[in-house]
Amino acid sequence: MSAPCTPCTAGKPPFLLTLVHTSAALLAAGSLLGTLWHGLDERGIALAFGVLVTVGELTRWTGAEGREAAPLGAAAALSYALLGEDGGHPTHHGGLQVGAVVLAASLLGSVPHLARGRPVLDHLARRVLTAGFAAVCFQPLYNQGTFQGWGPGYALLLLAILSLTALCDALLAAALAHSRTRWPFGPLLRDELRATLGIGSAVCATGAVMALAVAVVGLWALPVFSLPLLLTQMSLRRYAAVRTTYRQTIASLARATEIAGYTPAGHARRVAALSREVGRDLGLSEAELTVLEYAALMHDIGQLSLVDPVPAGATAGLPVEEQRRIALLGGAVVRQTGVPAQVATVVERLADPCPEQPVAARIVRAVNAYEEKARDAGPGGPLKALEELRLGTAGDYAPEVVDSLARVLSRDCLTWPVAG
Amino acid sequence: MEALPARARVYVACVALCALACLLPLLAPHTPWWAVLMLAALYASGEQITARWRFAGTFYPVLLAGAFLLPPSAAALVAVPGALLSPAGQRPLWTRRIWRAAQLAVAVWAAARVHRSLDGRDAVAAGEFPCALLSAGGAVLTLCLVLTALDGGILTVAERVPARRAWRGLFLRSLAPLSVHGLAGLMMAVLWRSPYGSVAALLVLLPMCVSWWVFAQYHRERAAHQSTIRALVQAVDIKDGYTRGHSERVGQASMMIAHELGLADERVEVLRFAGILHDVGKLGVPTRLLRKNGPLTPEERRVIELHPEYGHEMVRGISFLGEARAAVLHHHERLDGSGYPYGLRGSQIPESARVVAVADAFDAMTSTRSYSRARPVSVALRELEKCAGSQFDPLMVTALARAVDQYGWHPAVTADEVCTPPARPPVARVPGAHR
Repeated sequence: MSAPCTPCTAGKPPFLLTLVHTSAALLAAGSLLGTLWHGLDERGIALAFGVLVTVGELTRWTGAEGREAAPLGAAAALSYALLGEDGGHPTHHGGLQVGAVVLAASLLGSVPHLARGRPVLDHLARRVLTAGFAAVCFQPLYNQGTFQGWGPGYALLLLAILSLTALCDALLAAALAHSRTRWPFGPLLRDELRATLGIGSAVCATGAVMALAVAVVGLWALPVFSLPLLLTQMSLRRYAAVRTTYRQTIASLARATEIAGYTPAGHARRVAALSREVGRDLGLSEAELTVLEYAALMHDIGQLSLVDPVPAGATAGLPVEEQRRIALLGGAVVRQTGVPAQVATVVERLADPCPEQPVAARIVRAVNAYEEKARDAGPGGPLKALEELRLGTAGDYAPEVVDSLARVLSRDCLTWPVAG
Repeated sequence: MEALPARARVYVACVALCALACLLPLLAPHTPWWAVLMLAALYASGEQITARWRFAGTFYPVLLAGAFLLPPSAAALVAVPGALLSPAGQRPLWTRRIWRAAQLAVAVWAAARVHRSLDGRDAVAAGEFPCALLSAGGAVLTLCLVLTALDGGILTVAERVPARRAWRGLFLRSLAPLSVHGLAGLMMAVLWRSPYGSVAALLVLLPMCVSWWVFAQYHRERAAHQSTIRALVQAVDIKDGYTRGHSERVGQASMMIAHELGLADERVEVLRFAGILHDVGKLGVPTRLLRKNGPLTPEERRVIELHPEYGHEMVRGISFLGEARAAVLHHHERLDGSGYPYGLRGSQIPESARVVAVADAFDAMTSTRSYSRARPVSVALRELEKCAGSQFDPLMVTALARAVDQYGWHPAVTADEVCTPPARPPVARVPGAHR
């Protein structure tokens, strides 16, 4: 449902994407060559961290909305970048070696993912660039002996570097997503930063703790502390799985009206996909988009309470009173489904005058009307339907939503998103 | 547990006295008050925060770090303020809080004592591995033993659960989460003693907190998911009032049969959903037909008999339902091949569908419908046995008869009352309900 529709101009790759990939490739090549030239310092440590990164990558999964799905791999890479001592003895590996080890281990861990045809390039680029960034910030200064005897300040310094790295990573992720999908950059960055506060903070803290713990007790710290993180990873995974089935169940519930013959097949799904696009275009956050999507899926559910179906399920043509009654009935059903209460509010207020509606309700209402009008109107239907919405804008449909809908549709060349 | 029996109160008082005895050596000098204060504050605030996310566990890493760092009596003190301030939720409030504080104090004291006797203190201070791991393991094992023994004790005293059964399940369930907490606690203790100080130790807690948070989210989402499934069923109830509660009861009966057949827990759960959702396709049947009083014409009957296919069409997109989807499609098949929609015979009918068919018929007979009065359970079972072999799978019928014989039939929702959450099998309490 959230599958991005491919833009029509999918000819040459966007500039940002090329820039990120090129710099990652340059960094990777540089660190590999440099490491080959100098040889590996402290092989045992390099091997241990490499194994950890590989294990982390092997257990990676394509998480919800493409967020950090290999926290263990990320934490291990960061802690190797920030490693200064091993059991009290200073280490000598530089930034180049960090890049090389992380690259080799991530590549090794990505082999099964590559074999299954999953995209790994963006992920690898992010991993190498962030680890490289942290290492370049830390290793040269450390190897000069700048941080000797800092005590607790040293821990805070690691934390500061990691926070900076997390910011860069969020920026990088948002840039990659932006250039892949052409969604607005601002909301993407906001979502990435919000994710950084959650799992990102755990990754950073674990990276710092592993580096410090290895400095105190040696490599024993690695297995001891990767176990809790592995558990976090497992619960994240279960969380993602339950979210997926939840979404499927809601989609099935939405199909109830179709099966019952109240609305045409695929209507709810199309409205949901298009609403999501419009919501993204209007800069809604990930959480708001979820509410919007659920509300769009279930917007017709109030019709189940009608003894006889509305002709062709076209609610947009009904008298306002009737529309409002269906909306209230729908809200009552939605309240029982356990989705966030906002979803029910959105469904309840679908038929209100648009200045009083929440944004999500405005979007669903306009998209629903567009879908109903454009559906049976033949080749010129979409344009005519948009025109009708524009004319009706004064009272029923919010102008900014209709404009955004027009933008989204023209980006998709006025065809349906591939979700159908 | 509204009114606590007197012997339970005496038991709590005894444990509280033990805890006081553990705390007594604090009066002596050389107590590291600063560390005690910091850890206690950390534990108390952690408890307050995790209590907001339901399902989150006790903040054991801090307690264990205390046990690894401090003398036994000081380590025991760390647990007390947090437990006394904790939002206990149920009544009797103060008895629960005192019980919790005393239990934790005694357990942590014992763990710290064992840790000390295994020379853990020096190992932690010097960062000697795997020595520190061994002594920490001993301490965690002690903590788990004492906690579960005390918990088992209160179960035996207050609820008269047989002591052995109460204890064994508790111990095995708590050991794994406590071990993970022990590792985090050990890391905290090691970093606390290191030159990087307590700041670095605090960092250990961050990933643990995120893990709990994710876990709480997971449970919230799961609960929401379950109610969405119920909402699917309630959508049918809107159309057909007589089915109210029927779905839940069929789910319950299917679960009982699956249990009796000795299926794995996941399959039992899936079969419960199969029972709950079996009639979801009635959504596709016109409301007028469902509500019609009096005999149906053959034409109308054919329309109603489409409901398994409608139902399958609805739920086929929900991947976790697995074999429940086949049950929705085939629950009206008969063993002799005279059922619908496909007229499958014998073993061609999926096992899940054979379970749901029996559960469905059983509930239809034991509840009041527009066309018939409810029959007693024994009559319904006899009727099912009569049709076993031709309509129903005899295996499922005997399983249901055995299950009803053993546990009785207590439907959670009856046709008259509004839908309430179904009764769940009582879950034995885990100490502090970890994770």
